Amino acid sequence: MSNAPYRDPGIVRALAQAIAARMTRPWSVMEICGGQTHAILKYGLDQLLPKELTLIHGPGCPVCVTPAEAIDFAVALAARPDVVLCTYADMLRVPGTSQALLDARAAGGDVRMVYSPLEAVTIAREHPAREIVLFAIGFETTAPGNAQAILSAASAGLANFAAIVAQVTVPAALDALLDDPRQRIDGLLAAGHVCTVTGYDEYHALAARHATPIVVTGFEPVDLLRGLQRCVELLEAGRAEVANCYERYVSEHGNAAARALLSRVFAPADMGWRGLGTIPASGYRIREEFAAFDAWRKFVPGSSLPRSDAGECLAGEVLRGLKKPNECPAFGTRCTPAQPLGAPMVSGEGACAAYFRYRPPAAA
Amino acid sequence: MSCPLPSDGRDRITLAHGSGGRLTRRLVEEIFAPAFDNALLAPLCDAAVWTEHAGRLAFTTDAYVVSPLVFPGGDIGHLAVCGTVNDLAMMGARPKHLSAAFVLEEGLPLAVLKDLVRSMAACAREAGVAIVTGDTKVVERGKGDGLYVTTAGVGVCATATPLGPSMIADGDVVIVNGDLGRHGMAIMAHRAGLEFDEPLLSDVACLHEPVLALIEAGIPLHCLRDLTRGGLATAIVELAQASARGVVVDGGAIVVSRPVAAACDLLGLDPLYVANEGRFVACVPASAADAALAVLHAHPLAREARVVGRVGGVTPGWAVLETPYGTRQKLDLLSGDQLPRIC
Repeated sequence: MSNAPYRDPGIVRALAQAIAARMTRPWSVMEICGGQTHAILKYGLDQLLPKELTLIHGPGCPVCVTPAEAIDFAVALAARPDVVLCTYADMLRVPGTSQALLDARAAGGDVRMVYSPLEAVTIAREHPAREIVLFAIGFETTAPGNAQAILSAASAGLANFAAIVAQVTVPAALDALLDDPRQRIDGLLAAGHVCTVTGYDEYHALAARHATPIVVTGFEPVDLLRGLQRCVELLEAGRAEVANCYERYVSEHGNAAARALLSRVFAPADMGWRGLGTIPASGYRIREEFAAFDAWRKFVPGSSLPRSDAGECLAGEVLRGLKKPNECPAFGTRCTPAQPLGAPMVSGEGACAAYFRYRPPAAA
Repeated sequence: MSCPLPSDGRDRITLAHGSGGRLTRRLVEEIFAPAFDNALLAPLCDAAVWTEHAGRLAFTTDAYVVSPLVFPGGDIGHLAVCGTVNDLAMMGARPKHLSAAFVLEEGLPLAVLKDLVRSMAACAREAGVAIVTGDTKVVERGKGDGLYVTTAGVGVCATATPLGPSMIADGDVVIVNGDLGRHGMAIMAHRAGLEFDEPLLSDVACLHEPVLALIEAGIPLHCLRDLTRGGLATAIVELAQASARGVVVDGGAIVVSRPVAAACDLLGLDPLYVANEGRFVACVPASAADAALAVLHAHPLAREARVVGRVGGVTPGWAVLETPYGTRQKLDLLSGDQLPRIC
């Protein structure tokens, strides 16, 4: 279907064989990012790997971990006639406590899908009488764009622009995940897109502290298998190091301009992760200088960042990699993408949705 | 000396155009009737009347609400003829007559309406169908996307036995008439402001000619399905479920053009699930595959026709994709629109 070298069937098969040949004992490797989980399931890469290599699916699904409280807030703002609520498309279907943004739109709310957060700034400029609210969620991948939107609104002096910031960051979450005594993760695949922004200098300390190799890689079949091959090599050699298999985009220190932008607009903050609970310093809050653009402070004076809301379905255990989606008794029966019990079944990067959508009957 | 038409704001649709009075009549007499021009429409009565002696008839209807009205490779008028002609063709019917009902939004420039009606008329003429009856309503500004159109169509079945999922049998092959995803990505790329070196054009086309060519050549067709919303994957899943047969799609046989593949990659969409408006699948016995391909390859809309799947080899009611890696992926109905991914 594509001639791109990163999808080349010959290379993919050779890598799968090389991984099998290198393994002398079973290993469990977690891919952090939900985009990676979906690619693995979509291309059936798990079917090519030796049974002794267990893939554990991680928490890197931005819409899955966005707290219900943040979605509820977005839904409530969208119901106001003066508000235009701008969001990334895949946030539309994810329910908060009861409603999703699509429900708010059906009820008459002005909810608009944007491809870039800067579109929300343009809308604010064009509609001075409306309050434009950007739903700024995601990992370090979306954070620079959202920071730029806030900065642009500030330099244009737009009083009618604000952002619901529910940004999460990877390293602190990984630290918490690896501290969990129940986890059985031998190695990690780090998310290439996140590292394109942040680099991976923070990961060396993590790898050493938890004696766990971390390999940065991408989202295409060849990227994923190269990452797994490197991870297995490090595990077999007993080396808890960081390696980069996404060389075409990622460098050790990441994107300097993006990092500068992030620290200009955001400060680290404790953050509630849906299904995981509150993790110290695992998110961003808007710095005081830009407080006027913080929707929490603008619309709900005295409020701050959302807290956690753990405990719904098995999302927490799935996001921690403690359970596979199909180990949930509700999977595929009481919980489907059309009737989800939790966010991982809804999202385009959720592990449950990946299992439901792609697993063939023999493996289902 | 020329006398240009006045441009005093009356060159747009007003609520009066839908009042049933003088302006409605002018719309019909000056725009619709001359463009669609045929003997059954000419009396401008409440219904078209004709005599039909042919055996089984096929009757269908479809509403068209695309935005933008004019898109790369086509427009809503063109689409409204092709879509309904194709629905008839998929039942093995030769399309004969169409109706067209327009919902116009106040403020729509008359020039836009004229262009779209001309496009519809040209498409119908080329397809050999007549638009024999119609209707017009006007809604207030802000209550429509410029123009909605609904067409219904009647056709005469050309096969001895009815086609449909119940005819699908294990051992059938699934043939598709070309590459996938052009219509959906042309619209989405246009909306997102994406441009490519190779233009990304909709594949919108009337498919009855290649279908009738298959029937006339005596190919034992079992089932036909046009690949509209939800793309090839959705059509195959629906056929698998409706026929209670398993279908295996060969991923290596699927063709996607470079600009479609690039746009899908950028927006995080799967071309198998993207809409087409000029593609169909035909389920035929494997023994007839070569003959069917030979017929299709002689037609400009099916020069790239190829076998993309087979019936059987997987749990009945399921559809799977065999990837180029030798693995299998479940195909499924989407739970909503395909939405661009966050990262």
